[in-house]
Amino acid sequence: MRVVAAMSGGVDSAVAAARVLDAGHEVVGVHLALSRSAATLRESARGCCTIEDAGDARRVADRLGIPFYVWDLAARFERDVVEDFVAEYAAGRTPNPCLRCNEKIKFAGLLDKAVALGFDAVATGHYARVVEGATGRELHRAADVAKDQSYVLGVLDADQLARAFFPLGDLTKPQVREEAAARGFSVARKPDSHDICFVPDGDTRAWLTRRLGERPGELVDAISGEVVGEHAGAHGFTVGQRRGLGIDRSRLDGEPRYVVEVDAPRNRVLVGTSDLLGVDVVDGAHLRWCGPAPEGEVAVGAQVRAHGAEVGARALVDGDAVRVRLAERVRGVAPGQSVVLYDGTRVVGSATITATSRAA
Amino acid sequence: MRNVDSTLVTHYLDHAATTPMLPAAVEAFVESAGRVGNASSLHTAGRAARKTVEESRERIAAALGCRPSEVVFTSGGTESDNLAVKGTWAARRDADPRRTRVVTSAIEHHAVLDPVEHLVEHRGATVSWLEPDRCGHLAVDDLRAVLAEQADDAAVVSVMWANNEVGTVQAVAELAAVAREHGVPFHTDAVQAVAHLPVRFEESGADLMTVTAHKLGGPLGVGALVARRDAVLVPQLHGGGQERQVRSGTLDVPAIHAFAVALEETVGTRDVEAKRVLGLRDRLVEGALGLDLGITVSGCWRPGDGTGRLPGNAHLLVPGCEGDSLLYLLDAAGVECSTGSACQAGVPQPSHVLLAMGYPEAEARGALRLSLGHTSTDADVDAFLAALPGVVERARRAGGLL
Repeated sequence: MRVVAAMSGGVDSAVAAARVLDAGHEVVGVHLALSRSAATLRESARGCCTIEDAGDARRVADRLGIPFYVWDLAARFERDVVEDFVAEYAAGRTPNPCLRCNEKIKFAGLLDKAVALGFDAVATGHYARVVEGATGRELHRAADVAKDQSYVLGVLDADQLARAFFPLGDLTKPQVREEAAARGFSVARKPDSHDICFVPDGDTRAWLTRRLGERPGELVDAISGEVVGEHAGAHGFTVGQRRGLGIDRSRLDGEPRYVVEVDAPRNRVLVGTSDLLGVDVVDGAHLRWCGPAPEGEVAVGAQVRAHGAEVGARALVDGDAVRVRLAERVRGVAPGQSVVLYDGTRVVGSATITATSRAA
Repeated sequence: MRNVDSTLVTHYLDHAATTPMLPAAVEAFVESAGRVGNASSLHTAGRAARKTVEESRERIAAALGCRPSEVVFTSGGTESDNLAVKGTWAARRDADPRRTRVVTSAIEHHAVLDPVEHLVEHRGATVSWLEPDRCGHLAVDDLRAVLAEQADDAAVVSVMWANNEVGTVQAVAELAAVAREHGVPFHTDAVQAVAHLPVRFEESGADLMTVTAHKLGGPLGVGALVARRDAVLVPQLHGGGQERQVRSGTLDVPAIHAFAVALEETVGTRDVEAKRVLGLRDRLVEGALGLDLGITVSGCWRPGDGTGRLPGNAHLLVPGCEGDSLLYLLDAAGVECSTGSACQAGVPQPSHVLLAMGYPEAEARGALRLSLGHTSTDADVDAFLAALPGVVERARRAGGLL
């Protein structure tokens, strides 16, 4: 097959490209230019956007002897990922831009362009496995549970999965680094990227404030309705957040306070004690099925954030919405995040969380 | 693609980016590279190096129609343009502080545009822009009008001899004459012109002229600024005082030697070669237009015209395609070419030249430059024309997605 290897400049996508090539495919390396102002060399690599990263990817491609191109998807990335990210926060939700990027950029913008140009598939350095199952290609958790990235791929539908290669699904991170070193890749010891690639200093709240401006409002006690503090913009807060609330605890009962709800329309941030955080009913929309859609109520495992634990659940699909009843209460479930549903290690699909509550 | 690369015959149609070195130039380079000698040293080895440099300077001067003393060796086109624009601007302003104006065109190479921008942002320069017509031609009367009004504060005029993207050839002698009437130094970037046009410095009337070796079968990294003996330049590189105290730095003897050999051979065969390449270019353009794919030629093209447009330049606009898709697909088919415009981190940007010529950005995005030169053959043209229909079809599918 003719495969585009998406090469970020990091160690994972480098080894992924090498493995696809070793498997006998014709491989072309493609680095995505996702930032409009990419003309900076930053000290730390954060995954996607610097000239240095593009150069690292190019050197790996040279080493593999494969053609290498940079494709400019900056306008699409800005529209489908960055603007969506800002709008979601402005609406009081906590989006996961990596899911959006996989759904709209890597396995849409990139994949569609690749297919149009005559390629059959896109390979990335994600830690997840694609397995040929009874009903077609199935997405499964990676062998290395600690690195598993199936959560951020839970948005891929069957057509996208049919053209996706994840060559690292059976490896652990140390194995990948070892293999990179053995292959002589200069990126073998490059630090992992983390945080959000388009927020270069990692300070999401400050970044959002630059985009949205300061919008002062009140911190309100979720139970009593009493005003307990002020904030500079509800977009700076996420359900479950404890730090940075600026509440004088001595005025209260000494118990730590958490964000329990972000009420964007009224620009209020509701805070409460930890016992208010646990929920066991999660409603979701924007359903994405990685294979056949489940019918009726099904037993699943549910994961509600990127590095969260999976809990037992029952999911009931109703048209464009899903209600997931968790077997136990989970804390810090933020609207805007995705709930990804599993059947064993297989990813069933995902939904974007619209609301949470507690069963009576 | 690894499995294909080793057997794939490639067709190099990107001579405007760089040209394959002529065998005689490679030979000269290797010969000089094997000998020790700093041309500034006084001992035997130094004198031998100096002899090579000065003989090369004489050969280059003869080929370019200037005096040997007017040849200032540099590292290439970008350095020569920087020295000409910034060095002349600074010297002229030092002589009269009113002179802060640069007169140039919107279709210059970035090696001129960016120094001008630097002068504006950091040194207080002002700019008068000459706007091209739809063909990319600049009007001599426009320069006359600008200088009639602003000759007192004009520091330097810089207009390229031939455009690197669309190949338009300017009326350099007429433009230079107008600048001379007003006593303003005239610089021309002749980097793209020398290989195929009868470039004669003295006859052009220019005060300063940029040339580079690798566009005419010579090595990368060496070029010259041809500067009239009365041209005053503020040095941009300070040091040992080589090259008329204008361009310090130990001379690159092998590169200069190879430059001279390549230039001499190129100029010696230039008329015949230009005609040959023109025939290939016209066949390529006619073939592309005849494919009924909606392709047009940017600027103005007439079959047989190798003087208004560089004979080796074919610049096509392919509607509904992104330039980078076209490049990838042609590359995969063994045809190496360019969009013609500058890349930013590997991504082709919409051409400032096409935009200045009045093309909308959407049209400019589907640009494809095929530039022919001394190694080009009928087989190259055939390969391109054979690949084009499939390439355009695929690129359109990809282009429709964005």
